[in-house]
Amino acid sequence: MASAKTVDKRPLSPHLQIYKPMLTTLMSITHRITGAALYVGTLLVAWWLFAAATGPEYFDFVSGIANSKFGRFVIFLYTWALLHHMLGGIRHFIWDTGRGFELPTVELLARATIIGSLTLTFVVWAIAYAVRGAF
Amino acid sequence: MADMRTPLNKVRGLGSAKEGADHFWRQRMTALANVPLTIFFVVTLISLWGKDYAAVTSYLGSPVVGIVMLALVVSAMVHMRLGMQTIIEDYVHSEGIKVLCLMLNTFFVILVGLSCVYAIVKLSLGA
Ligand code: HEM
Repeated sequence: MASAKTVDKRPLSPHLQIYKPMLTTLMSITHRITGAALYVGTLLVAWWLFAAATGPEYFDFVSGIANSKFGRFVIFLYTWALLHHMLGGIRHFIWDTGRGFELPTVELLARATIIGSLTLTFVVWAIAYAVRGAF
Repeated sequence: MADMRTPLNKVRGLGSAKEGADHFWRQRMTALANVPLTIFFVVTLISLWGKDYAAVTSYLGSPVVGIVMLALVVSAMVHMRLGMQTIIEDYVHSEGIKVLCLMLNTFFVILVGLSCVYAIVKLSLGA
């Protein structure tokens, strides 16, 4: 590790707060936040599968929680995180091929990610409600 | 001392953590696999929404669904462990706490992942 002396002489690069917040910055951190949220959300998926594998009473209990207002809110956020992270990931695939680094393209991809994820999430929920019928 | 290794030999698989390229590659492979698997999962969630125990278990217990669900769980496990590893390495700088977090990350992923696998297998065999 560097000694204190060398650390002193090094120029410091400006940190986050120096830069103007932009949509691209926001989408970058959102990819990380949704990734971390999905990481925790896997617990819910495991819980649901476990409930289905356990038996009818326990499944109904977990289903009840999932169907409550709060449960639906959490699952709504989970679907958004999943779809947003998926689109963000596809954006990363485009960059991985060495393409899409021009500023207008980067801006366009950032917009497409957030607009796309919100649209997809609402479509998915609209279908879910349509399939299930009125609550 | 003369270095007889070729430049390619020097860099191949030898990033700073000795396996950086492998981390990247597995992260991207699982990310790619996650795209169709995620779409499948979201569709599954929608179609099972509000269904009763019998309908949910018979759907999850069917062979194709069981296999795809297992694929999803395995791919997501590898992906989320690598992803969380990156996050930990970015924010946790004290060596000891970092190693502890990385271990907890592995344990968490294996525990949650195996719980999913257990449930899916049980459903497939007729829970
Ligand atoms: C839906 C398909 C998915 C795609 C296409 C995808 C894609 C990606 C990509 C490309 C990265 C790397 C980003 C980078 O290099 O900065 C990433 C990071 C990550 N992913 Fe995913 N992912 C998907 C699903 C998931 C799921 C289901 C989880 C969790 C259960 C997850 C958790 C994470 C985490 C924790 C990170 C680390 C975030 C970071 O380093 O900033 N991902 N994902």
